[in-house]
Amino acid sequence: MVKNKFEFESMYRLLETKLEELKELSVSLNCDFSSEIANVERRINELKAERYKHLTPWEQVLLSRDLERPMTRDYIELLCTEFIELHGDRLYGDDHAIVGGVGVFNGQAVTVIGHQKGKDTSDNIKHNFGMPRPEGYRKAYRLLREAEKFGRPVLTFINTPGADPGLGAEERGQAWAISQLLLCLSAIKVPVVSVITGEGGSGGALALTVADRILMLSNAVFSVASPETCASILLRDIKRADEMAVALKLNAQSLLEMEIVDEVIEEPSNENLLDSPAFIKSLESSLKKHLDEVCSQNIQELIDLRYARLMKIGKFNE
Amino acid sequence: MFKPGFNKKKAYIDLSGIKKTPLAFDAREGNFSCPACSAWISEAEKLQNNDFCPRCSHHFSVTAWERIYSICDEDTFEEWDANLSSLNPLDFPDYTDKLITAREETLLQEAVITGRAMIGGFDAVLAAMDSRFMMASMGSVVGEKICRAMEGAVKHSLPFIISCCSGGARMQEGMLSLMQMAKTSAAVGRLNDNGLLYISILTHPTTGGVTASFASLADIIIAEPGALIGFTGPRVIEQTTGQKLPAGFQRSEFLLKHGMIDIIQPRLEMRSLLIRLLNVHQGGKHGQKQI
Repeated sequence: MVKNKFEFESMYRLLETKLEELKELSVSLNCDFSSEIANVERRINELKAERYKHLTPWEQVLLSRDLERPMTRDYIELLCTEFIELHGDRLYGDDHAIVGGVGVFNGQAVTVIGHQKGKDTSDNIKHNFGMPRPEGYRKAYRLLREAEKFGRPVLTFINTPGADPGLGAEERGQAWAISQLLLCLSAIKVPVVSVITGEGGSGGALALTVADRILMLSNAVFSVASPETCASILLRDIKRADEMAVALKLNAQSLLEMEIVDEVIEEPSNENLLDSPAFIKSLESSLKKHLDEVCSQNIQELIDLRYARLMKIGKFNE
Repeated sequence: MFKPGFNKKKAYIDLSGIKKTPLAFDAREGNFSCPACSAWISEAEKLQNNDFCPRCSHHFSVTAWERIYSICDEDTFEEWDANLSSLNPLDFPDYTDKLITAREETLLQEAVITGRAMIGGFDAVLAAMDSRFMMASMGSVVGEKICRAMEGAVKHSLPFIISCCSGGARMQEGMLSLMQMAKTSAAVGRLNDNGLLYISILTHPTTGGVTASFASLADIIIAEPGALIGFTGPRVIEQTTGQKLPAGFQRSEFLLKHGMIDIIQPRLEMRSLLIRLLNVHQGGKHGQKQI
């Protein structure tokens, strides 16, 4: 079982190292290797594209957790022409694992709320590895009520391993904070569009994913519990997490088939997401399209549709 | 996060501080060990004492049917949606077998029973979860039955009461199961919109996705004494944070102290409390009804 994305990238990582050597050589020897360099670069891109086309669910799990992926703040910067971050739950504190505020997207005022992981270890400690505490959910709740008051549509960005599994979080009512948010979003009188951008971990992710439309990046995942948790509980062997990743059907394609998400946004294979104009354009246009559609609907009809959409989830015999 | 050397050797988790798990049945003696105080109790003693530990009054788990009979008036329970049964929608390994075993062992179709009943002469919709059925985890059927029961309460304009216990979402149904949290929470919204009373009774143990959805959204939340109630289970908290949890952590008394629940009520007095609450919520005109 591969343990991180570098392992499955190893075959072209090696080529990349060789390419660097070739480039250095061409400088030091003052020779023109440009055609060779272009050849190797093309080959690397082909390999990458091929590799990314056939990722296993477990590899997608690893990729969804990658700290190089853009986080909510990156998406806000990318998509919003204006954003003012708002802080605090008015009850206890301000949780850095959830960012939220008001801004402008597509020429329209919106409220944006999302999970925020750090980019490195110290940053991650500040953001609690993207695991919200009750304060985070209550901040989101307060911002949602504010959005409702001003009839402003809501965008949410999902990327969290799950809710904080700590003593303090339990003391302050983690379960109560999450259920309040689920209830609030299920009937909020403004349109809501969610994008699962990375790791959709359990109830902590779901708390922000009750929406009129749910979009998902092609290598993001959304799961009832992490494959590691399932493997340790059901198989008593955490090393078999890759099997559980398959069994849980947690990737974007499976969730599209289950009609839990509405659209999958393809990720580019050979570059950082934020460096890919094609990716940015398709994310932006999908968001615009869905937001325009839900905003043009009568709000009571929209709430009824949202309710009906939730009620039909589940498969059973009768 | 990870200690140095974590990957070199198998790092075993120290379990010495964790109490032995519930209700070990000793076949030779025919006795139970109380999960709370470890006293040995015979089946006869347990029955005689109404499913409480005679030494520490710990409330043992009871089945959903026992729960329903202990709450409603005699012969008034009319079951709804009794035939809803689970499929294996993800083709998850071993799930079908687990379902078959659970059905055989409990004689239930699923982990929750729902229906309409009279309680002290008051009409209500009543549901009870059964921990013997795959730890009363919430999959498609549990979510669907609870939603239909809530919608039934709306249709007939009745109060809704549920006795909860659960290990959380049913992993074997993947996202279909996680989404039941959102689905049941949305159904609570309909009870609220229609001004209907919703009472949830939290029993040992109520954790995970059930606590973080409909169970904690009631107008009135009652807990049985000493029940474990929370989102993340205590063992997971200890393992991930390395913190030693204080005595009584996540028990009913702890939750009452932290303002998360309304009342702790012993099981024997649960029915009378429900009747009083139903009476007050219908204007309190009935005085003391039959309790």
